[in-house]
Amino acid sequence: MSVRRVMGTEVEYGISVQGQPAANPMVASSQIVNAYASSTVRARRARWDFEEESPLRDARGFDMARQIADPTQLTDEDLGLANVILTNGARLYVDHAHPEYSSPEVTTPLDVVRWEKAGEQVMLDASRMAAQVPGSVPIVLYKNNTDNKGASYGAHENYLMRRSTQFAEIVRHLTPFFVSRQVVTGAGRVGIGQDGRDTTPERGFQISQRSDYFEVEVGLETTLKRPIINTRDEPHADPAVYRRLHVILGDANLAEISIYLKAGTTALVLAMIEDGFIDRDLTVEGAVRTLRDVSHDPTLKHLVTLRDGRRLTAVQLQMEYLELARKHVEDRLGSDADDQTLDVLARWESVLTRLERDPMECATELDWVAKLKLLQQYRDRDSLDWDDAKLHLIDLQYADVRPDKGLYHRLAGSGRIQRLLDDDTIEHAMHEPPTDTRAYFRGRCLDKYADSVAAASWDSVIFDLPGRESLQRVPTIDPLRGTKAHVGELIDRSDTAQALVAAITR
Amino acid sequence: MAQEQKQPRKSSQEETATEEVVESDVAERKEMIDEDVDAILDEIDEVLESNAEDFVKSFIQKGGQ
Repeated sequence: MSVRRVMGTEVEYGISVQGQPAANPMVASSQIVNAYASSTVRARRARWDFEEESPLRDARGFDMARQIADPTQLTDEDLGLANVILTNGARLYVDHAHPEYSSPEVTTPLDVVRWEKAGEQVMLDASRMAAQVPGSVPIVLYKNNTDNKGASYGAHENYLMRRSTQFAEIVRHLTPFFVSRQVVTGAGRVGIGQDGRDTTPERGFQISQRSDYFEVEVGLETTLKRPIINTRDEPHADPAVYRRLHVILGDANLAEISIYLKAGTTALVLAMIEDGFIDRDLTVEGAVRTLRDVSHDPTLKHLVTLRDGRRLTAVQLQMEYLELARKHVEDRLGSDADDQTLDVLARWESVLTRLERDPMECATELDWVAKLKLLQQYRDRDSLDWDDAKLHLIDLQYADVRPDKGLYHRLAGSGRIQRLLDDDTIEHAMHEPPTDTRAYFRGRCLDKYADSVAAASWDSVIFDLPGRESLQRVPTIDPLRGTKAHVGELIDRSDTAQALVAAITR
Repeated sequence: MAQEQKQPRKSSQEETATEEVVESDVAERKEMIDEDVDAILDEIDEVLESNAEDFVKSFIQKGGQ
């Protein structure tokens, strides 16, 4: 009934070694992570603790056999790739051939924005630090999802949900929402098709970076046959109480309002699903094809066909969810609704209303519209066709994380894209954890007792204490414990990790 | 009604003047928008990577999740 929920995001960054297109991306990614780790992580580097990871657990109730899994699915095997935990509770590591930042657990959409944007600054700093290593070649990072040559990499969202909610209900009500939410959350892309080769004159631009890479409606995979609803069931919390909904179809957004609405509107829809509030069937005919068709029409006129025969635009389909969400909040919370929930509802409505009238009215808020506007201005001035390399370059460079080169940063810097947070707030979040989840405990431990933390993960911190033969594992299985309210004072007054562990296990 | 009748009708001269003001407002705004577009494109021209074709071609990624 509100936007509050335990959530977080993981972004894989595009990586390019300047002047060396054939450079090994795993090596380059390791250089990025290691440079950040050695410059900022004090003393001993805590390992990632894989004990609780089970990437082959399926939400539908079975485990995939390891032998038949694609090697890219075995994310719990420690391949010796760089992997560090930051004092803000985030994880910075190499995933496949990309550096990845997984945000700490937060509870509001604005905090999703804050710690995801902090991750962009971490990546920027990391690339600057890597460039200082003697003999190194500059590495540039991009917050996007495709090279436009067939490869795609993800920007995932995670939402903690009640285990008691039937997975079939999640699939039924979330799929139409996901198929249509790209009109708000798309990052924009020049090129149609997985390899971007279809650039017929009038259809060179699409709303989403990711939509062309989805091939099935429901499934476990994340790297091949990507599903609209991912069934990975690895809650990093008590599995009897929670599931973690792992969302893989989102775009990597730079615009703060795009990120905010992505997390906020999804949280509202999940609250309705958990509450059994959605009283209508909005099932879309041919969800995978529809996902692409919606993305391929930046005029937003494409009509989506529902199973009940109704035909409506993606914006109108979003308005159905908005109307339900408004009712849900009014019904359950009335005048007690919190400010951020009301703000998400108001912005969602405002954006949808203007998208329906003229998408360009959202050019200062949403990534795909901002990007399209810029591209259109170039097309008008220089008479460029959609297959012109310059337009592809603009698409790419929009996502460059460097403030001087990144076009998103140029637009935001000159006030052409609105912000929700100031630079200081984001900078602070690079080092400080959220105070209202277990990320607080993790982050503070990494900050204060770095020498004594042997490993950590979402659901544990493992201490190596002098005089103790075995490692001491402190489980953090409840994402809403280990907050500042729970352990702030305890950490403040524990000068050493021994004192902390003694106090906890007493 | 009576009140409305009391309001002096605008002379046709005044009407023309108003229209002119509106028109020049629009023209001015359009000029400002054009200038803004020129400004942003000029600014971005400065930072765009120099050889677009090569740059785009050499941006090759391995697939991820």
